[in-house]
Amino acid sequence: MTVLLDPTSERSPTIRPRLSRPESLDGLTVGILDIAKARGDVFLHRLGERLSERGIAIKHYAKPTNTRVAPLPLRQQIAAEVNLVIEGLSD
Amino acid sequence: MPGNLPQDGLAAVVKRDCPTCVMAAPVLGELARRGALAVYTQDDPFFPETVSGPIDDTALDVSHRLKIEIVPTLIRFEAGREVGRTYGWDRGEWERLSGIAGLGRDLPDARPGCGAKNVEPGVIERLRVRFNETGLKSRRIMIGDGEDEHEAMFARGWSDGLPLVPPTEERVLRMLDGTSRDPQEVLGLVPPDLAAATVEKIAVNAVMAGCKPEYLPVVLAAVEAVLEEQFAMHGVLATTMFVGPVAVVNGPIRRRIGMNAKGNALGQGNRANAAIGRALQLVIRNIGGGRPQEVDRATLGNPGKYTYCFAEDEEGSSWEPLSVERGAKQGQSAVTVFAGFGLQGVVDQKSRDPESLARSFASSLKAIHSVKLAPACDAMLVVCPEHHRTFRQAGWSRARLSEELHRLCEIPGEELVAGAKGIAEGGAPSLAGTTVNKFRPGGLLIVRAGGDAGMFSGIIGGWSAGGARGSLPVTKEVRN
Repeated sequence: MTVLLDPTSERSPTIRPRLSRPESLDGLTVGILDIAKARGDVFLHRLGERLSERGIAIKHYAKPTNTRVAPLPLRQQIAAEVNLVIEGLSD
Repeated sequence: MPGNLPQDGLAAVVKRDCPTCVMAAPVLGELARRGALAVYTQDDPFFPETVSGPIDDTALDVSHRLKIEIVPTLIRFEAGREVGRTYGWDRGEWERLSGIAGLGRDLPDARPGCGAKNVEPGVIERLRVRFNETGLKSRRIMIGDGEDEHEAMFARGWSDGLPLVPPTEERVLRMLDGTSRDPQEVLGLVPPDLAAATVEKIAVNAVMAGCKPEYLPVVLAAVEAVLEEQFAMHGVLATTMFVGPVAVVNGPIRRRIGMNAKGNALGQGNRANAAIGRALQLVIRNIGGGRPQEVDRATLGNPGKYTYCFAEDEEGSSWEPLSVERGAKQGQSAVTVFAGFGLQGVVDQKSRDPESLARSFASSLKAIHSVKLAPACDAMLVVCPEHHRTFRQAGWSRARLSEELHRLCEIPGEELVAGAKGIAEGGAPSLAGTTVNKFRPGGLLIVRAGGDAGMFSGIIGGWSAGGARGSLPVTKEVRN
């Protein structure tokens, strides 16, 4: 364990908060990430259809396998192309 | 009272690495045989062999709690309280403390001891942390064993984009040794958050920037300077223009801490120049919360916003130091901050008289920001030694050069009218027939720096809101 002294004015918590959820998806691009869990593709495909029907821009991505973290190029591509990501975590 | 110490009797603290301790080892053996003596050893748990069962104090806990500074130290306790202490070998003192005459007859009467391990640099700070004696108020951030501390600092947004030195408690304590000022003294409120800049918080950022403790007084003076109302640090940060604080150091501290005023003075490669300027920027970022694309609205910024600090080359100069011209005492170290950006080179390898060189300088100065804008901004002219020589030989003082440049920076209003020269930028038609100076009176700072070879001076441009409306240069004396 290393202990460091906070160089800031200590106005923010030491643990970084999660980004807040957007209030609306209007004008945003949504990434749909299939992590390769069984039938996740079916669920996510349907979800994508529903979002498209509401006029929301969709981009589909897929991990090669659910047993590994997503490859760096895929993570960079997603970060560059969309505003938020939906993924299906389990069977 | 540390454990294991005798309620009544003697305690000695020694180390094998100390020749006086080795010399006095037979005496320690004699004292141990004749009464209560506890011997604490700082380096070798088996030393001294003349005593059965010396007590291992290689962790230095007992030494620290007894505030040992020299070994050997002999202390007498009565009823659990210290009643006397002596350092080094001194027969008379050892006999008085022990009440035993004739100690170490074959030894010299006295011999000084050695520095104790618990007060060695790097060790004393660790002990103060372990005993919770630091007095540091900053929040502690725990970095897990599996976490890379450098990545953790980036992730928390503390960095200017380059790696930082981790601000451990030990490093910050050492940094604070660089000043006699109270760690909790508040130097001012740092924009944009207007958060208090304590000496301690500045020291934390100075550690991260790579400063040595002896740089800290310069960093503190620079922070004090930018927090002066007339420097307008909030505006300097928030503007869409290029500027950031440029710090120029004068006086004896430049050489004491090894600053560069010579070749490549404004470039890379000198730790003091680089780390002091960087510390100033990190203070704005971390204490003030001033970050790019947030309150820092700079369109382009400039590379000097990583660090922009150099020393004036006072040696061999015929001009008084910039700080003295601005009111500091001769021989007093001082920092001058200027809201500036980048460097525009002034190449003139042919002028050999001051009139020609001044005209050359003025022509370049009139191009700052735009040839169509006047008054444009304040500026800092960095005169290289070979150019300075021309002025020195002609007997031109800094004030004379400043006056001549001001006169040469008068611009016919026709040239500044919007549309003139085929450039839409410019002022009102009413400028025609008038004369406008490129600079406000006193808006041009002149310093001397650079390598001995090369007729290459430089112009550091300023902020368009220069002068009393915007940022004024500030000079602060360096306090230890």
